[in-house]
Amino acid sequence: MIAIQLTNTRAWLEAHQRLVLAAAAITAIAYPFVVKPYILSLGIEVLIFAIFAMSLDLLLGYTGLPSFGHAAFFGLGAYIVAYMTSRNELALGLTDNLLLALPVVLLATALVAVVVGFFALRTSGIYFLMITLAFAQMLFSIAIRWSSVTGGSDGLTGVPRPALGLGGFTYAFESRESFYFLVLGLFLTVWLLLRRIVSSPFGMTLRGIRENEQRMRALGYNTFRYKTAAFALAGMFASVSGLLLAQYFWHAAPQNLYWAMSGQVLIMLVVGGTGTLTGPILGAALMRLLPNFASTYTDRWQTLLGLVLIMFVLFAPKGIVGVLRGGRKQP
Amino acid sequence: MSLLQVAGISKQFGGLAALTNVSLQVQPGERRAIIGPNGAGKTTLFNVITGELSPNGGMVHFDNRDITALPVHTRANLGLGHTFQRNNLFFGLTVLENVRLAVQHHRGIARQLFRAAVTFEAVTAEAVGLLEEVGLAADKEQIVSTLAYGQQRALEVALALATEPQALLLDEPTAGMSPAETKDMVQLIDALPPSLTVLIVEHDMDVVFTLADRITVLHHGQVVSEGMPGQVRADPTVQEIYLGAESLAA
Repeated sequence: MIAIQLTNTRAWLEAHQRLVLAAAAITAIAYPFVVKPYILSLGIEVLIFAIFAMSLDLLLGYTGLPSFGHAAFFGLGAYIVAYMTSRNELALGLTDNLLLALPVVLLATALVAVVVGFFALRTSGIYFLMITLAFAQMLFSIAIRWSSVTGGSDGLTGVPRPALGLGGFTYAFESRESFYFLVLGLFLTVWLLLRRIVSSPFGMTLRGIRENEQRMRALGYNTFRYKTAAFALAGMFASVSGLLLAQYFWHAAPQNLYWAMSGQVLIMLVVGGTGTLTGPILGAALMRLLPNFASTYTDRWQTLLGLVLIMFVLFAPKGIVGVLRGGRKQP
Repeated sequence: MSLLQVAGISKQFGGLAALTNVSLQVQPGERRAIIGPNGAGKTTLFNVITGELSPNGGMVHFDNRDITALPVHTRANLGLGHTFQRNNLFFGLTVLENVRLAVQHHRGIARQLFRAAVTFEAVTAEAVGLLEEVGLAADKEQIVSTLAYGQQRALEVALALATEPQALLLDEPTAGMSPAETKDMVQLIDALPPSLTVLIVEHDMDVVFTLADRITVLHHGQVVSEGMPGQVRADPTVQEIYLGAESLAA
């Protein structure tokens, strides 16, 4: 019953696409001015985690690579930008300019991803999962131990909100409202880029690898290279979300690299639905919002989260997206 | 000059010698069949040639190149196409998407990152053309896992053909097919361009004697006979192997 109703809703949404888009745009623009700061903060977090979850889906949903160490790239984004831009005795404090910091973060994570991928991508399935987990935990322990650079268990504090500087023009995203628009802009950019990528020949190649890697090799594909490219792209997009979180909370923390963070983003995918871009967005929204609302009613909100996860795994293994699609066959 | 040259190939699985000093040469445009009773080493030899397995000794040359140490995908790019004994397709994708994956690599656009795959109309047109050739054009939007077994078998061949190989290696293309499906498959293989070299591993003797110019007979991992179909049929060693094998089975 619910599935049928939702399918009808979806049909209505598709029939009135312009109206829906206009409504979404107005909501997104008006949002920071009409809601309470606390709710605005939640919206910013949801968008940041949506970027993180979409980046993992490129690996898990599209290429079939179950990474349990995706927090490594999230944390790298946070720590690199913190080390470059923070004005404290540990960090360099070089620049606030996002146009300088972002390329460095992207390049550095891509390099790390290629090196890690070189080893991890020789394995698959549970072994790939364990290697990526081990790598992320290694970074976590470096962040804890190497306190002269990383700030140890305190992490790096004093990360400034970024500015956009081009020539003589500078705009600083100091306020929460302006930072919201930066996050929204980057979220939309990543979403549009990923939409392009997953429907491109390269994206089809990744799906082919997910479906049957042996056959891809028989067709002449050097699958290792394509998997490395996917791993690097996913790492780069994840680093964008890590960078934004560090800038939002003025802080890069070891928890950004911890396995629980990798687990959290995996749960977002399971709940939202893999192999789509809508799934990770919905999953990120649900898993960030639910604890906040549930914790106002009960102290046992973590139990509730666990139950929600179990329900999804048992009754909706294709996540929210699977429920919305109802009986419809996946294209 | 032969297109494919297998020289002194040996392959052991643990203590079991699956292949011992196997040599054969296939000329360009030839239709070669490899036959032999169950466990003769046919599929092992096939996998050594395609690169799915690496041999313990011996060499494989293709188009005047030593390919013994090359990985599967490099061999495929050199023009050595192959199908699988058990259907090995992209089961969750549509028929058209399956063939497009083969075509897009062959046409060198598989790395395109920022343009939708469906907008490469030449690739789609080529894929549809191939599907017409193997009789699957009407089912192009079907998800592969919903196809009938025989249709999946035909798609198996279409994928290999899409890479425009110089030599096509077929591992039991009619395995598990009904007599009607087998007939269609034989017609399909028979209609391939004469310039295409075909090497086929097959159980069905009717299929072998219809298609092959030359036949290599394997037994216990060794070549025991080779020649034109008439010669092989008349070879007393071959007769003994097959009669012996049948009397054992009975």
